[in-house]
Amino acid sequence: MKTIQALGLALALIGLPSVTFAQQSSGPLRIEITDGVIEPLPFAVPDFVAETPAAQEFAQSIGAVIASDLAATGLFREIPKDAHIARPTSFDSPVQYSDWKAINAQALIKGAVSAGADGKLVVKFRVFDVFADAQLGDGLQFGGSTGSWRRMAHKVADAVYSRITGEGGYFDSRVVFVSESGPKNSRLKRLAIMDYDGANVQFLTDNSSIVLAPRFSPTGDRVLYTSYESGFPRIYVLDVGTVKRRALDVQAEAMTFAPRFGPDGRMVVFSLSQGGNTDIYKMDINGQGAQRLTSTPSIETAPSFSPDGNRIVFESDRSGTPQLYVMSANGGEATRISFGKGRYGTPVWSPRGDLIAFTKQANGRFHIGVMRADGAEERLLTASFLDEGPTWSPNGRVIMFTRETQGASGIPALYSVDISGRNLRRVPIDGGASDPAWSPLLK
Amino acid sequence: MTDAFPKPARNVTVPEFEPKTTMEKPMKIYSKAIILVAALALSACSGANRFGPGGAGGIGGADGSVSDPASPAYFQQTIGDRVLFPVDQATLTAEGRDLLILQARWLMANGDYSAIIEGHADEQGTRAYNLALGARRSNAVHEYLISQGVSPARLKTVTFGKERPISICSVESCYSQNRRAVTVVAAGGTS
Repeated sequence: MKTIQALGLALALIGLPSVTFAQQSSGPLRIEITDGVIEPLPFAVPDFVAETPAAQEFAQSIGAVIASDLAATGLFREIPKDAHIARPTSFDSPVQYSDWKAINAQALIKGAVSAGADGKLVVKFRVFDVFADAQLGDGLQFGGSTGSWRRMAHKVADAVYSRITGEGGYFDSRVVFVSESGPKNSRLKRLAIMDYDGANVQFLTDNSSIVLAPRFSPTGDRVLYTSYESGFPRIYVLDVGTVKRRALDVQAEAMTFAPRFGPDGRMVVFSLSQGGNTDIYKMDINGQGAQRLTSTPSIETAPSFSPDGNRIVFESDRSGTPQLYVMSANGGEATRISFGKGRYGTPVWSPRGDLIAFTKQANGRFHIGVMRADGAEERLLTASFLDEGPTWSPNGRVIMFTRETQGASGIPALYSVDISGRNLRRVPIDGGASDPAWSPLLK
Repeated sequence: MTDAFPKPARNVTVPEFEPKTTMEKPMKIYSKAIILVAALALSACSGANRFGPGGAGGIGGADGSVSDPASPAYFQQTIGDRVLFPVDQATLTAEGRDLLILQARWLMANGDYSAIIEGHADEQGTRAYNLALGARRSNAVHEYLISQGVSPARLKTVTFGKERPISICSVESCYSQNRRAVTVVAAGGTS
């Protein structure tokens, strides 16, 4: 079976036949992502040129996905197509910058699609800095099957985002989550995977057992999760490509949950409950070398590795209420990092290593927040009846989480928010959804 | 590649992403679920804490007649199968201990039955913390039943965290019912 790892989408750097070099003097097109309020950068994506008849059905859709990716960041604003003056009919036709300046499009994304008889799709694009009268970077092209057209669109959007912000993108990525249905007191749950934007939902398990909190491996090809398949909470690892699963080989009589991979993709850190006491353990994914990292009578759970694998942030109520602590990946003394008023949980280290996202409960409300890895500069990004379980975008700029509405008809949904606290959005998914985990950027 | 692109570095084919939807659940779970549904249909008043297919597979509804003191139905409804906890607590209340003394007596008088003690939490808290809290609550009951003479070999514990509320409103009158540990008795061993 195919795995995500095998999904390498070729990123082909194209030499341009008629390059206009960016003019240094005009100042490059650039968004500096800061915490301040920014004016979204206006861009135009005319329909991609269909270079073969079979490419017709993809040309418009690809442009739409690119525009949607960029606009959803809150950093860009699309200039609608009905305002466009020019409609490119050839990929290599010269750009009339004045046409795009007239509608104040600062960035222009021009592309073409061709589909061969073999079912292969080729997408190519160029980005132009309109007010510099210049192309921004090299043209790129991606090749793949027609079924992967959305991935190719995300790849284009990632490249544009990256060129203009100077940061890595996050659009060509997936999210694994728990799909929920049925009444609150007998909720049916099953693992599902989707594109980061809610498209292409596919189920990875059936709904015969409660499943909780899936987490991707660093390569995105495996998922750790908790299932009640045996009647008791236990950790499983599932291959995303084959959907084959196996229970992690831990102590038979213990309940295990809250697993996460270490950055090497082999080490797993998790909670184990025995005799009413929950502590943090780590072990090899194959069941070797189990090691207990905490040994207090308090609750220790929700562990998350630092990106370098040297430290673990976790949640403990050793002080009387749940708070966040950091310890060595080998256990030992832990340092408390949360000191605000309230209860803290589900800490997750950002892929950049600088921030830790968490759930905070204070004054009857739940928040998603971030703080520096030493606990400084705590910042709450959201507030609602019940927000929990943050997960980081691959570039560490966006957080996705679960928001559940209150009452008997309460239902969970996935939301995303920028780490500045701006741009709160609901991820469009049919039915209930909880416990998202964002994959790394796909290869 | 096209003439316009004289130097394509690579042009690798991208396979589509198509995981199979798994339907590999062992049949025995399905058949248990069917039996459970049938049991619930026949015995509406015993279904209060029994879960559907998403719940504790393997555990059935309380059997027998309430008027039969040796029946699980009597245990569940006449003695009382659950103790409640204050917010974020796993310490037994005086009322809870009194009930567990009665549960222990029943278990010792009905040696053919084993029990699984389920710990639950209300929805105010994160998923992981509530799993740990439910484990504490089930263990508090477990320890107390053992202290009253019930053999540990007949008891198991499981936490459901906040996954299986019994009352679904989002106010304290529901939350107080959900912060519970339920002793579920069944004929035979605990395995």
